[in-house]
Amino acid sequence: MTADAERAQTLTDLLRANSEPLIDQWVSAVAALLRGRSTRVELEADFKEFFAALLPLVGRDGKDTGGPEFAEIRSLLEEYSRTRVRAGFTPSETAASVFSLKRQVFDLTENSDDPQMFRQLMAFSGLLDALGLLTFEFYARARDEIIREQSEQLLELTTPVVKIWEGVLAVPLVGTLDSARTQVVMEKLLEALVETGSEHAIIDITGVFAVDTQVAQHLLKTVVAARLMGAECIVSGIRPQIAQTIVALGIEFGDIVTKASLADALRHALRREGVDVVRREAQ
Amino acid sequence: MPPRSEGPEELPISGDDDVVRVRQLVRTYAQDTKLSLVDQTKLVTAASELARNTLIYGGGGFARVEQVSDGRRAGVRASFHDEGPGIPDLTLALADGWSSGSGLGLGLSGARRLVDLFDLDTEVGRGTVVTVTKWKR
Repeated sequence: MTADAERAQTLTDLLRANSEPLIDQWVSAVAALLRGRSTRVELEADFKEFFAALLPLVGRDGKDTGGPEFAEIRSLLEEYSRTRVRAGFTPSETAASVFSLKRQVFDLTENSDDPQMFRQLMAFSGLLDALGLLTFEFYARARDEIIREQSEQLLELTTPVVKIWEGVLAVPLVGTLDSARTQVVMEKLLEALVETGSEHAIIDITGVFAVDTQVAQHLLKTVVAARLMGAECIVSGIRPQIAQTIVALGIEFGDIVTKASLADALRHALRREGVDVVRREAQ
Repeated sequence: MPPRSEGPEELPISGDDDVVRVRQLVRTYAQDTKLSLVDQTKLVTAASELARNTLIYGGGGFARVEQVSDGRRAGVRASFHDEGPGIPDLTLALADGWSSGSGLGLGLSGARRLVDLFDLDTEVGRGTVVTVTKWKR
């Protein structure tokens, strides 16, 4: 370890002495690579930080990037990768930011024929490779995060509660109903019932491919919860194949009002609200 | 969707997502075998019940789905394997409205009514295999 540190002394000194032109060239190289999608000022600020965090690590071969000495550069790279993901850069472009420094350092030491220097350069190259791979990892992790956020947003989006008449709400359900989604639906429906003071809610399952005992149980619970709040639920959109399956399964919907279509359910709700829909006489 | 081979396909069941995946796989097979919409829905629903049983009561396992033929007609067979505690009282487990968990108690008995062939192989301490088949009409 101490021998390593001593050996690296010359390269570290060289890097420190040339830090300004080195960072400048590094920024130019990366700015050219990104074709103006990132300003020089932004890059310069980031790279100065990287450089400062990198200097004490020169002499390491990058095999222990999980260690405490790497904590600072790790968090810098993580932040950098995260902003790159959000800004729509590719993983290659992100990692290339790190790899580009290699070229600049090689240029700097081109004229040196000191075997000592050569060994240090090899180690430095390995260090940058490891850091570059680290950005890949951070990039992938940041992207996973975005995907997770999006699927959560989708969960919210796919379960809208809409008011279709004064006192009548509708929840069109689409796709797969699992516990998480049903929970969201139930919460949103109960909240909307209170907010709008509605007394009727139509749960439309036209877009649900299969109703098994778990889905049925979730539906029943939602209906009972709504009833406790003084609202009546109508389940609509029960297609023939669903009806047959429910009968075969032996699920009892009890006294819950069910209708084949959303239109039937709306008509039922309106009648209960005391609204009659009458066709106007032709003039 | 690309056409599937007729050979069996296996999927692990170790979480809620897997139940959905098994359901989708069974649905694909049912569509490829050209089961009627009612039969597709029945088989998929049965698969959903059984996969969830494998997960909740069997502690996880795997599902195997394949296209089968008895010489006259084609069909889809799905089997659900677990190495859980097994079912000590089959009569009770197959009774309507009885559940050792918190469900409606209709899963196993309901699944049996949804398919053409229903086979249950269980031994306490060894695990359970449920095999169901739906023929094309």
